[in-house]
Amino acid sequence: MTTVLGQRLLRREDAEILTGEAKYVDDLAIPGALWLALVRSPVARARVRSIDTSAAVASPGVVAVYTGEDLAGEWVAPLPVALTATPDQKVPAHYPLTSGTVNYVGDPVAVVVATTRQAANDALAGVVVDYDELPAVVDLEDSLSDRVVIHEDLGTNASYTWPLQPDEAAVDAAFASAAHTVKERFIQQRLIPSAMEPRGAAAVPAPFGGTYTLYTSTQIPHILRVLLALTLGISETKIRVVAPAVGGGFGAKLNIYPEEVLCLALARKLKQPVRWTETRSENTQASIHGRGQVQDIELAADAEGKVTAVRVKLIGDMGAYFRLLTPAIPILGGFLYHGVYDIPNYSFSCTSVFTNLNPTDAYRGAGRPEASYAIERCMDSLAAQMGKDPADIRRINFIPRFDNGHATAAGLSFDSGNYEPALDKALEIVGYEGLRKEQTQRRESGSTKHLGIGLSSYMEICGLAPSRIMAALGAVAGGWESATVRVLPTGKVEVVTGTTPHGQAHETCWAMIVAEKLGCAPDDVEVLHSDTAISPHGLDTYGSRSLAVGGTAVALGCDKIIAKARAIAAHQMEVAEGDLEFANGAFSVKGTPEKTMPMAGVAFAAFQAHNLPDGMEPNLTAETSYDPPNFTFPFGTHVCVVEVDEETGRVDLLNYVAVDDCGNQVNPLIVEGQVHGGIVQGLGQALFEEAAYDENGNLLTSTLADYLVPSAAEMPNFTLDSTVTPSPSNPLGAKGVGEAGTIAAAQAAINAIVDALRPLGVNDVRMPASPQRVWTAIQEAKGA
Amino acid sequence: MIPAAFDYVRAASAEEAVSLLTQHGDDAKLLAGGHSLIPLMKLRLASPAVLIDVARISDLSYIRDDGDHIAIGALTRHHDIEHSDVLKTDVPILAHVAGLVGDPQVRHRGTIGGSLAHGDPASDLPATVLALGGTLVARGPGGERTIAAADFFTGFLETALAPDELLTEIRVPKVPGAGWSYQKFNRRALDWAIVGVAAVKNGHTGVALVNMGSTPLRASAVEQALSQGASAADAAMKAADGTEPPTDLNASPEYRRHLAQVLVRRALQEAGG
Repeated sequence: MTTVLGQRLLRREDAEILTGEAKYVDDLAIPGALWLALVRSPVARARVRSIDTSAAVASPGVVAVYTGEDLAGEWVAPLPVALTATPDQKVPAHYPLTSGTVNYVGDPVAVVVATTRQAANDALAGVVVDYDELPAVVDLEDSLSDRVVIHEDLGTNASYTWPLQPDEAAVDAAFASAAHTVKERFIQQRLIPSAMEPRGAAAVPAPFGGTYTLYTSTQIPHILRVLLALTLGISETKIRVVAPAVGGGFGAKLNIYPEEVLCLALARKLKQPVRWTETRSENTQASIHGRGQVQDIELAADAEGKVTAVRVKLIGDMGAYFRLLTPAIPILGGFLYHGVYDIPNYSFSCTSVFTNLNPTDAYRGAGRPEASYAIERCMDSLAAQMGKDPADIRRINFIPRFDNGHATAAGLSFDSGNYEPALDKALEIVGYEGLRKEQTQRRESGSTKHLGIGLSSYMEICGLAPSRIMAALGAVAGGWESATVRVLPTGKVEVVTGTTPHGQAHETCWAMIVAEKLGCAPDDVEVLHSDTAISPHGLDTYGSRSLAVGGTAVALGCDKIIAKARAIAAHQMEVAEGDLEFANGAFSVKGTPEKTMPMAGVAFAAFQAHNLPDGMEPNLTAETSYDPPNFTFPFGTHVCVVEVDEETGRVDLLNYVAVDDCGNQVNPLIVEGQVHGGIVQGLGQALFEEAAYDENGNLLTSTLADYLVPSAAEMPNFTLDSTVTPSPSNPLGAKGVGEAGTIAAAQAAINAIVDALRPLGVNDVRMPASPQRVWTAIQEAKGA
Repeated sequence: MIPAAFDYVRAASAEEAVSLLTQHGDDAKLLAGGHSLIPLMKLRLASPAVLIDVARISDLSYIRDDGDHIAIGALTRHHDIEHSDVLKTDVPILAHVAGLVGDPQVRHRGTIGGSLAHGDPASDLPATVLALGGTLVARGPGGERTIAAADFFTGFLETALAPDELLTEIRVPKVPGAGWSYQKFNRRALDWAIVGVAAVKNGHTGVALVNMGSTPLRASAVEQALSQGASAADAAMKAADGTEPPTDLNASPEYRRHLAQVLVRRALQEAGG
């Protein structure tokens, strides 16, 4: 039997990416295209008294300048929000250009259209906006106080309070009888997703017929087509959305942005191609930010350290408006604050508030890193309080192994889990006992270079999503995925997928799935995607869903192919279908193995249609749409080893071990690549990255010199390993791994820093743990 | 992220560069490696009307043994300084520090003259030349003059260069076998130093500070304490004396003063003080 799955095949996508041949939106040559530049608010909150565009209109190369009022007739609906968290959720009006007010630095006020990108940008200074500046709100608790109400028509800054409190009395009782309690407040700072490719969009009208092609740097061409149709009142059939090469998304390209709508609206209005490419400063200011939460978490535990209850109260920073999934993010994490632990009593609530800052939305992990961070930091606090080893406190609390379903206190059913072996493996690889000995030796020697070991036994929800559960959560859309498999007359295979890769290597992986199923070579399979004209049905790529849902759709499409091919082969070979077995790409008669018909022969027969069973349609093609019965729940344990310089607060990453369980792996090389990148982004949050604002709402980190994305030079070597607990949620047994590293890494690093410094009295260091913050925490602990 | 329009002229020689500077006056900026100037232009924090490109004046790129000192052409790239055998032997701190500037792409484009003429207090090379007691050679319409490094940095991003002068050469004394140390404290390898310390012990100990004020600074109080026989640890306590360190997202002035003390002590100990 062929076994393609599990091989470390090189990514077929890499050659063109690494040689610079991949064509991103900005690389597309579009003759006659006009360029947009956006006038953005320089203040966080103001009433706009007047806008004078005359100097810009007179600027060389400028075709037109439009304000929000000028374009009000272009949209038939506001920018959409895909989730209603509660029936009373407050939603501020939000259009591609503001009119009358601005609510964050970067809020688009007007748009310049010019013949070149440079001319459009040069003319920006010619748009004179008279701002009547108003008090701004940048702090979450300040926002909750409603001292200043940002959107006056909503009457409050709180959008919604979403409770997940199955039995609050039981939680109270658990705390009342607890032998130990832990109470912590964690700040999840705002993060800037920082894809290598900033966003870009180009709308091209067809000369006749009223159709448009929008090329855009997006993760969601399919969803975007629907949303553009609804926002602009253009028939869905008249819009084709193409995501060309996309240089990273991390959730920040999982949206419908003003610039996409503006390009299409102005292409319609001006009957010319209209394009826009984001600058890095625009990206930092006005593409979505991630995280932005204040987490209050409490644990109750019995005398042995068994956790009996967890209670979480969250404040979520929505920013000035909702983007597509803004209100959904804290909720997605709301089911996971018990982590991988068997905690019987659960209470979570989240109040989401508006601030005069750039809107937040999904960023790699999206709610789940926050949850995993909070519980894993608290488990260390509990261990420290009880004088237990952090590994031991985890062991006594793990949910015991289960292979097919575990009902959680938060109301989900975990698919499969086996948590302790991943912890054991990670500790063995990192040499845990030896590290603890070295840590003790250093402490006893009086060294100011402290060793810290941080554990993170993380948990996530992937495989978004069962459509019925999506409905229960208030989401507008479902979570299925589609695939088309075509075996062509020559036996080569075309696969059309509704997923939209932007770095994940779906072409390589889907080809491997088809090769495994149909017995062909991966090179005989082409994978088509990311263009609504080629792949009309899909729900795209985010939430580590693509393999578990989209890959499964491909596999099920292959099953349909095999079923049809079996009928054709049986007919042609004049045997009963039940007498045929399919292996290595050919049908053979049981007991008479020399009598075979290869899949290519079946495909040609299906193409010829000369001799098919009565009533059978020609061609060997299959379409599937797969809706998963449940989420998947990947897990694992990461261990971070740091050295902290007591004199300077500097943290050096010495070692990092990750043992991930993402179920069955299609291609371990690609799994490792995903984990590598994820860890770097997680350590980025822990140690380097923060979208910092001043008290007036000005972004202080608007360039990559100030917003510190870590590079390879800052990273230790990663040692990766895995355990394999197949998911019962899909026939591939796959769980997903795109976000695992990010969900696991931050708390591993902070736990390590705190582990190093506990003897000095340090119990927490706020992220990012810059040298100054670590040093300050040490000084405060010494002074205390 | 898109610079304002500008004119561009290329100078084939130092003489031509000076002549173009004289012609265009304050409207012009010299372009060498571009790694300081172009980012400022893209953010529209600088909008020169004319760029005079001196990067192709090949006779200003050299590393030459001039007896008691090494002469380095102003357009010598950091990469060439980092890998110079002459410097590795005779001024090893300079080769070492050049290898810490930015990342490999920066080091292949950026020039020592550009770095010094930009006068950024957070840059590595200015403080290093200061600690070495180097001398700078400038060419103007009236010919050449030399400026001691100690007199060169006059204010934030300001130097003793006149608007019509071109920095042509950097001279650093040969210090083979001398003790030295460069302590660069930053968060990412490619970043500027939050605080940096250059120390060279060659009889007298020269100590200079990075990012502790509006210019690269000599740690005069430290040098004086050492010359009076103080231990490294005691002298280092004076590292922040007389400084007015900046505040930014990475560090408060108080934290910078503390870092300066720790890093000066470590530098002096490593240099053999």
